Amino acid sequence: MTLLEVDDLHTHFISRDIDNRVRVAKALNGVSFSLEAGRILGIVGETGAGKSLTAQSVVGLLRPPAKIVGGSVRFEGRELTTMAPDALNRLRGHEIAMVVQNPRTSLDPLTRVGDQLVRLHQVHSDAAPAASRQRALEMMQAVGIPDPQSRARAWPHELSGGMAQRVLLAMALMNAPKLLIADEPTTGLDVTVQAQILDLLRDLVARFDMATTIITHDLGVVAHFCDDIAVMFAGSIVESGPVRDVFAHPAHPYTRNLIGATPERFRVGGARLLGGQPPDLYNLPDGCAFRARCGFATDLCRTPVPRTHVSADHVALCHFAGQLDAAPDAEAQA
Amino acid sequence: MNDPVLTVTGLCKRFPLGRKRFVNAVNHVDLAIAPGETLGMVGESGSGKSTLGRVILRLLEPTEGRILFDGQDITHLPKGRVRPLRRNMQMVFQDPWSALNPRMRIRDLIGEPVRLHMDMARSERDDRTELLARRVNLSTEFLNRTPSNLSGGQLQRVCIARAIATDPKLIVLDEPTSSLDLSVRAGILELLAEIREETKAAMLFISHDLGTVRMISDRIAVLYLGEIVEQGRAEALFETPAHPYTQALLSAHLPSDPAIPVARHVLEGEVPSPIALPAGCKFHTRCPVAIERCRRDVPAALTVPSGQQARCLRIPEGGNILERKEPA
Repeated sequence: MTLLEVDDLHTHFISRDIDNRVRVAKALNGVSFSLEAGRILGIVGETGAGKSLTAQSVVGLLRPPAKIVGGSVRFEGRELTTMAPDALNRLRGHEIAMVVQNPRTSLDPLTRVGDQLVRLHQVHSDAAPAASRQRALEMMQAVGIPDPQSRARAWPHELSGGMAQRVLLAMALMNAPKLLIADEPTTGLDVTVQAQILDLLRDLVARFDMATTIITHDLGVVAHFCDDIAVMFAGSIVESGPVRDVFAHPAHPYTRNLIGATPERFRVGGARLLGGQPPDLYNLPDGCAFRARCGFATDLCRTPVPRTHVSADHVALCHFAGQLDAAPDAEAQA
Repeated sequence: MNDPVLTVTGLCKRFPLGRKRFVNAVNHVDLAIAPGETLGMVGESGSGKSTLGRVILRLLEPTEGRILFDGQDITHLPKGRVRPLRRNMQMVFQDPWSALNPRMRIRDLIGEPVRLHMDMARSERDDRTELLARRVNLSTEFLNRTPSNLSGGQLQRVCIARAIATDPKLIVLDEPTSSLDLSVRAGILELLAEIREETKAAMLFISHDLGTVRMISDRIAVLYLGEIVEQGRAEALFETPAHPYTQALLSAHLPSDPAIPVARHVLEGEVPSPIALPAGCKFHTRCPVAIERCRRDVPAALTVPSGQQARCLRIPEGGNILERKEPA
């Protein structure tokens, strides 16, 4: 069953310039995806593509001037975009949990970590404090924190980055969420610690049957820890599908470019890559937002872009999706 | 082979903490880099990579050991005499936003090393500035702007232009691509490879990203708790890593391709504190194949059949190879 369904989500930053004219940055432009229990979706894209904003829009954590202006987010059939703040608060930290990038700034520096876990459990349940404390210790054990009894009494500043990230994971698991959103959960951690955290995360997803989204800019994480991938560019998911299909046959020129830039594919002195700036969100071009950087672009790309099915669940937002191999090779031309 | 541009022997850097306690950031490092060669320096955070780079350039004072640069012993050269040498040894930092004065124009930023180190008339200097900008594929229309108008990739190009402005013999690059997006990163690496080809500058490329280091390096040194545990040709080190730490580090790296299988050795625990270094082999606290002797004896660098040098007591008996665990 589909747990989370995001449909045509539009989020804009609406502000006024010094002449009091309204300025609109179109940060999310029709994001759609769905997520099922037990599956891991990886969202990738360059800085400013809208990865984190997608997560914040889904869980209703946007702050002005950001605002959802269209589309819907349904969690178990319930619409979240119009849900009352109280009801949303009851969901967040309970059925929907989030792990954010910087573990140390996400913990309350003045509360012992065990107490923070207990507090989160108490807010969402009628359990006796002793039961909450027991659960906190269990969850700390589950995320691989050695000696939970004494670590529960630690202050956040006493934890290493990897340990703090484990505490955040334990916190996210306290109320047995159905949906876990992890925004760059391993960025800034060393590779050996990253491996520990990701192994743990995958194990927990299977054990608790959670639907999970990992937001990352590391294609290695997606390639080896996710079932599905969604590639974002300028506030749209330009390509999505099962990880193996997308890596083997990227259908969108941007995805090809992104995968071509990875250490495994990129050869110094080999094929040239399409560089360039992200488009101006205040002034997005008509048609395909990638066309200024695209080697395949034609006049057709100024018209609205169709969602093209390359295979049953592999979709790309491109006029030429699935035909790139037949087209003249842009990499050779450049 | 040409004489190395840089030869470092027994280099140590300790930061005093008071009460006879020290942070042992760099411990007895030996390395050499030849002209036109790139040495990749990998290690996790706190392994002493950046400190090593800075000590080599005399941005920090070495505690022990010797630094030979271009045939000259610069270990204890007075500051005033290091300065003219800076023309030949340059550095590129991780974060281009904080490496450049936000109030200077790009033209003046690129022209600054030329002005300081090269005796050139103003018009000559302007010509050189434009040449440098074009060399790093930066449009000359940016020259009259300030850093806030440029993207991270463009700013890093400015930093590289500054570093190559005086035709240095050695460039230390400290995580030059870590703050950049993937496709921008690839462009910067390409540029660095071209520059190395043209100028034959020696490069020390410091990074925690194994994939990036593999792309650009001829040789690689692996740092753990301030000590080089393994050093050798890039292919040999990646294909047949000899030190257990190198094996674990490489196996933790995730290739950006689901078709490449990963067999993993996950290390337990975290890096010990550099204030109280473990006795014997520094890696023994986390090493899956450590034996009793590893707690006592300090391993010497041994050359393995594939050519690289590694510090592990278990190499002679072949006990250094970790068993490969298949992913779940």
